[in-house]
Amino acid sequence: MDMLRRTILKGASAGGVLTVALAAGMLKPGQVLAAEWNKSAFDAKDLDGALKAIGAGVAAESKDIVVKAPDIAENGAVVPIDVASNIPNTSELSILVVKNPFPLSTTFHFSNGAVPEAAVRLKLAQTSVVKVIAKADGKFYTAQKEVKVTVGGCGG
Amino acid sequence: MADPMKIRAQMKGDAAEIRVLMSHPMETGQRKDGAGKIIPAHFIQSLIVAVNGKTVVDGQIGTSVSRNPVFGFKVKGAKAGDKVVVSWVDNTGDKRSDETAIS
Repeated sequence: MDMLRRTILKGASAGGVLTVALAAGMLKPGQVLAAEWNKSAFDAKDLDGALKAIGAGVAAESKDIVVKAPDIAENGAVVPIDVASNIPNTSELSILVVKNPFPLSTTFHFSNGAVPEAAVRLKLAQTSVVKVIAKADGKFYTAQKEVKVTVGGCGG
Repeated sequence: MADPMKIRAQMKGDAAEIRVLMSHPMETGQRKDGAGKIIPAHFIQSLIVAVNGKTVVDGQIGTSVSRNPVFGFKVKGAKAGDKVVVSWVDNTGDKRSDETAIS
């Protein structure tokens, strides 16, 4: 049998195993249902509205939240932001870009061993404070960092 | 189905570092095309990272996330060989799920 046929047949059988596994329920991509998308939070056009919608109306400043972001972002379309919380029992991290048209960018819920940290890449429309909210034991904490933007990232 | 994700999952000390690159336009719904018409919003709204069938990260995503999103997470208690599945759903109902094993 020529090598091309062997490769195709090998690939086909590998794909077949995956399909069988899916059918047998070993892999259920749709099984783990994500939390319902918080529309009112993501549609909020101002910081206070977004904070209220995620329940974080009152958040204490904390030095135990790390916000790593460039001082100056050359390309506002892709700004790498790393956030982490060293507050014990942190279950949730939310990242807001205060000056964006819709400030709430992401909310992550951590469980089953996930460390409360996340690396993301965000669009920043203009120079803005990036605000992080951490939820731990039902209480909210916050830290922030300003990122200067030279070329705005919303493409407009 | 959308283009596949690239997932990298490696043990670093006692935690697995998971990095995922997704292929998605992440349109905010605020941009206009050449003819002045609004390009409709088209963005990933939620993602799930699961290790060995257990959800570890449940993420809600908005339009401020860059095109072709990249996310990084860390999971303690995972070990080499564990299966990582990353899934996303966007605002049009399109979805994608990819997996890898922790190395």
